Amino acid sequence: MPTNGAPTKITQGSRTKGGIGESTLRPDGTLKVTGEFAYSSDMWHEDMLWGQILRSTVAHAEIVSIDTSEALATAGVYAVMTYDDLPTEVKNYGLEIQDTPVLAHGKVRHHGEPVAIVAADHPETARRAAAKIKVDYRELPVITDEASATAPDAILVHEGRDDHHSGHVPHPNIVHRQPIVRGDASRAAGRADVIVRGEYTFGMQDQAFLGPESGLAVPDEDGGVHLYVATQWLHSDLRQIAPVLGLPESKVRMTLSGVGGAFGGREDLSMQIHACLLALRTGKPVKIVYNRFESFFGHVHRHPAKLYYEHGATRDGRLTHVRCRIVLDGGAYASASPAVVGNASSLSIGPYVVEDVDIEAVALYTNNPPCGAMRGFGAVQACFAYEAQMDKLAAELDMDPVALRQLNAMEQGTIMPTGQPVDSPAPVAELLRRVKAMALPPERQWESSEGADVRQLPGGLSNTTHGEGVVRGIGYAVGIKNVGFSEGFDDYSTAKVRMEVVGGEPVATVHTAMAEVGQGGVTVHAQIARSELGVTQVTIHPADTQVGSAGSTSASRQTYVTGGAVKNSCELVREKVLEIGRRKYGSYHPAWATAELLLEGGKVVTDGGEVLTDLADLLEGESVEVEAEWRHRPTEPFDLRTGQGNGHVQYSFAAHRAVVEVDTELGLVKVIELACAQDVGKALNPLSVIGQIQGGTTQGLGVAVMEEIVVDPKTAKVRNPSFTDYLIPTILDTPTIPVDVLELADDHAPYGLRGIGEAPTLSSTPAVLAAIRNATGLALDRTPVRPEHLTGTA
Amino acid sequence: MDFLRPASWEEALAAKAEHPTAVPIAGGTDVMVEINFDHRRPGHLLDLTRVGDLYEWEAAEDSVRVGASVPYTRIMENLRAELPGLALASHTVASPQIRNRGGVGGNLGTASPAGDAHPALLAAGAEVEAESVRGSRRIPIDEFYTGVKRNALAPDELIRAVHVKKADGPQQYSKVGTRNAMVIAVCAFGLALHPRTRTVRTGIGSAAPTPIRAKAAEEFLNAALEEGGFWDNGKIITPSVAQRFAQLCSGACNPIDDVRGTASYRRHAVGVMARRTLTWTWESYRGARRLTEGAA
Repeated sequence: MPTNGAPTKITQGSRTKGGIGESTLRPDGTLKVTGEFAYSSDMWHEDMLWGQILRSTVAHAEIVSIDTSEALATAGVYAVMTYDDLPTEVKNYGLEIQDTPVLAHGKVRHHGEPVAIVAADHPETARRAAAKIKVDYRELPVITDEASATAPDAILVHEGRDDHHSGHVPHPNIVHRQPIVRGDASRAAGRADVIVRGEYTFGMQDQAFLGPESGLAVPDEDGGVHLYVATQWLHSDLRQIAPVLGLPESKVRMTLSGVGGAFGGREDLSMQIHACLLALRTGKPVKIVYNRFESFFGHVHRHPAKLYYEHGATRDGRLTHVRCRIVLDGGAYASASPAVVGNASSLSIGPYVVEDVDIEAVALYTNNPPCGAMRGFGAVQACFAYEAQMDKLAAELDMDPVALRQLNAMEQGTIMPTGQPVDSPAPVAELLRRVKAMALPPERQWESSEGADVRQLPGGLSNTTHGEGVVRGIGYAVGIKNVGFSEGFDDYSTAKVRMEVVGGEPVATVHTAMAEVGQGGVTVHAQIARSELGVTQVTIHPADTQVGSAGSTSASRQTYVTGGAVKNSCELVREKVLEIGRRKYGSYHPAWATAELLLEGGKVVTDGGEVLTDLADLLEGESVEVEAEWRHRPTEPFDLRTGQGNGHVQYSFAAHRAVVEVDTELGLVKVIELACAQDVGKALNPLSVIGQIQGGTTQGLGVAVMEEIVVDPKTAKVRNPSFTDYLIPTILDTPTIPVDVLELADDHAPYGLRGIGEAPTLSSTPAVLAAIRNATGLALDRTPVRPEHLTGTA
Repeated sequence: MDFLRPASWEEALAAKAEHPTAVPIAGGTDVMVEINFDHRRPGHLLDLTRVGDLYEWEAAEDSVRVGASVPYTRIMENLRAELPGLALASHTVASPQIRNRGGVGGNLGTASPAGDAHPALLAAGAEVEAESVRGSRRIPIDEFYTGVKRNALAPDELIRAVHVKKADGPQQYSKVGTRNAMVIAVCAFGLALHPRTRTVRTGIGSAAPTPIRAKAAEEFLNAALEEGGFWDNGKIITPSVAQRFAQLCSGACNPIDDVRGTASYRRHAVGVMARRTLTWTWESYRGARRLTEGAA
C-alpha cells in the first residue's frame, strides 16, 4: 500500500511561496477570533428599515383569514405584505421543486412557516407590528411519519403535484423514491451463514451555524435591487429570487456578505426574497436578521431517518448481500430531498464490496420542519446504520470488527451498487489500519495526584462521578461520501482571473462567485493562483453575481470544482502571458520558442530554470484577463427502477476510532478521543485540511450524544428551538482528535485532490455509538443517544 | 419598558415600592434571556448594578452573608472553604462569562426549579435577607420556594443577601446535564453533613415543581447514623443504608417528562447522585476524623 504518495500533474508552482501544499493562514482568521469580522448581520445602511417575518404558530392548518390592518396602522411601519401582495405569478421557490410558497397561501404546512412580512423603522416596531397581524387558522391533522403520510386517507401535504418526481413515486406524500437493485439479494441470502437485521433511528440534527440568517436589500435606481447576503450559492439564490420579484436576473445584483457558517443550512433561501420584496415595496433598504429562535425555523435541518437493514455473511466473514430501506423525513417542502435520497441510496451499503443488493430510499412529505442539505447529505444517516450492522455482524461471527470491515473493504476497481466502478484510490482497509494502529489514550486518564479531575470524566464540571460507574469503550467506523453534485447535474464553476502590474509588482486577481462560508476557499484560491502564475501578490475579489456561477459551497466540492476553475483560468492566463512574452521577447532568446516555460517567483523561466524575463516587465502596459467555466467529468442519473448509473464524480473516505468513558449508572458520556484517518488526495492547505477533519468529526460527535431538534409527534411543533436546549458540543465535550492524512492522488481531479469536508462527519457518529455499545453492552439503535437510553429510563 | 437606575439600596427599595411589578436586574443572565425571547416584557426594569453593597460578602461566626449580586466566580474563588457546596454549585453554572455576571440573588429571584444554587442552599441551610421600605426580614430557605418560578417575596421586596451557614462538615454537589459543561440541569443534588448537630441535609433541583429537600431520606439517614454510632466510630456506611437513602431521595422527587429528560430518568439520577455524594462526603468526614484523632 503506498503511503503519502506524491500527487500527480504538478507542472507549475512548487517553488512559489504561499502556493499549494503550504499552510497559508486564512485572511479572515484574526478578524474572526478577535470579533472584528463583519458578518452579514452587522451591515447597516442609512435610512434602512428592518424586516420581520410572521411565522405560523401551528404545523398544519388552513388559513381562514389574515387581518393586517392593526399592524399597518402601527406608527413606524412602512409595509405589511402577505401572499396577496406578491408582485408576479411566480409565488413559489425551491432548489429543485418549486413547492415552497414565498408567503403562505391558504394553508400552512409546518410550524414556523412564513405567513406575512413587515418593514418598520425599528426592529422592535417591526416585531410588535408582526405580532398584531391576526391569522385565523383552522387546524388540520398532522402528518408526522411514514404511517401517517401513506395511510389510505392521508391528507396530501401538496395537492396536485406535477413535479418531475410525481410520476414515479408510490404516493403523493413521497417526494422521491430511489431503488437500487444489483445481483440477486434473495438468492445470495441463501448463501449466508449468518444474517443480522436492525432498525435504526437517526434524530433531526441542526446545522447550528453561529451567524443567524441575515441580509440587506438595497433598491437600485434602475428599479432593480442589490442584495447583500450570507448564502452558500449566490447564483442559485438569484435564479429563485428574480422571478418572484418580476425582475430580470441582471437587475438583481447579489454580493456575498460575511457568512457565519453554513453546513448546508444556507442552500435554501431564507430571508432573501422577503427583504427584496420589502425593499422594492418601500423604496428603502431593508435589513433582516433572524435571532437564534427564528433561525431554528429559518433553515432546513438534516433529515431524520428510519433505516431498516439486513446484512448476510458467510462464516468466514464475506458479505453475501445487503437489503435495506431508508425512510427520510423531508418535512413540509422538498428542498434538497430528492438529491439526499440519491445519496442515501447509492451510498447505503458503505465502502464495502457487496455484489447482491436490494436497496430503497424514500423521502416523505410530512408536516415536520423541512429538511434538506446538511454536511454529509444522506450518507450520514446510512453510515450510522450500516456501521452498526457491521458491528452486529462481527459480534455474530465472533470476529474483530475492524478485521471484518477490512475483509470486505472496497478498493480501487470495486463496482458500486449503482454499477459504477470506483476509479481512483479507495484505501478503506488502510484507513482502518491506521486509526487502529494509533496509540490509545491511557486508562483512567482522569486520575491525577490531587484526585479525580472531573473535567476528564463523564459529567465534567457537573461533578457527577469521581470514577464510579465509569467504563471505557472503543469503537470503529468508516464511511464513503460522494464529492460534488451527482446524477447528471451540470456542476460547473466559473473563475475570472486577471494578471497585471500594480506598483511595479505582478499581481493576480481571482474573482469567483464562490461563497466563503468558512471552508477556506479564499485561502486555497490564492494558493492556486500563486502556484499557477508564479506571483506572490494575489487579490481575492469579493464574491458577487458580476461573474458566472461558482456552484454551491457544499458537497465537499469547492476546492475541487471552483479550485479547478481557478486553476484552469490561471492556465489560460499563463498561456496569454507567454504569448505576450513571445511577441515581445521571442526574437531575443530561442527558449521562447522551444522550451517549456513556467511562471515562477515573478519571472518567466524555462523548465531548466533559466530566467527569461520578469513578469513585471513583460506585463508593463498590459493586462490579461480570462473568465472561463470549468467542469468535472459528467455524471449520469440513476435509473429510476434499478438505480444503475455512473452517478458520482468522486468518493471520499474517512475512518474513525472513538474512545469513550461512559458513566453506566447515570448514562453520561465523555468522548476521550476521536482519531481519524482520511485520504485527501492532495492537501492543498494542510492546516485547513486538519481543521475540516476536526470540525466534521466534532459535528458527528454532536449528533451521537446530544444534538437533536425535538419535534412533538402530536403537534409537529418544535420543542427546543434555542441553544439552551439544542445542545452542541462545548470545548469540554470535544475530545483530542489526532488526524492521519493520506494523500493518494485521484488522477481525474485537479492536483489529485479529493473533496474533504464531509467524510469525517459520517464515520464519527457510528464510531462513538460503537464505543458506547462496547462500554455498556446495550444495542443502541438510535442517535443521538441520551442518558435515559443508557439507563433504561426512557 | 422603563429603566430605573437607583444609585443606592434605599433608592432601589423606594423604586420597588413605587413600581412593585418592576423586575430587578443585576447580572441579567436570566432576565435578558427572558426579554430576548420575548417571554417577558416588564413595564420597568430595576437595575441594581449601581448598588455596590450587593457585590460584597462578609463572614460572621456561623454563617456567611453573600450579597445578592456577588458573582458565582467570586463564590468559587473566595468562599470554597466556608461554603463548599455553594462553591461546587457555582462551578456548574453556565460558562465563565455568565459566572462573572450572575449571582445567587438572581437564582433566588427567578426561583426556577433548575437554578443551580438552590440544592446547595437547601443542604447547607440558609436564610434569604429580603427587604422593602417596610423593613427587613429573613426568610428561611425551606420556606422560600413557593411554586414553579415563585418565591416568598412580597411584591415590594428585594433580595439583599443570602445568609448561608458555614460548613461544619463535608458538602457535595452534583448536577446531571446532557453536556459536560454549560448546561441547564436535568436534575441536581446537594448534600451537606452537619457533624455538629449530627444531621444531614439535602437539596434536589429540577426534579419537582420547586427545589426541595428529601426530608424522609434525611430522617432515615439521621436515625441510621445515630443508631449505628457512625458519627463517633467513623465506620463506612453500610451499602444498604446508602441504598435506602438513595431510594428515599428518588422517592422525594416529583419530576416531569420534558425536552431535557424523562421523569423516570430524573428519579433514577437523583438516587445515583444521592448515593455517590453520600459516599464522597462520608469518606471525607472519616478522613477528617482520622486526621483529628491522629493529631490528638
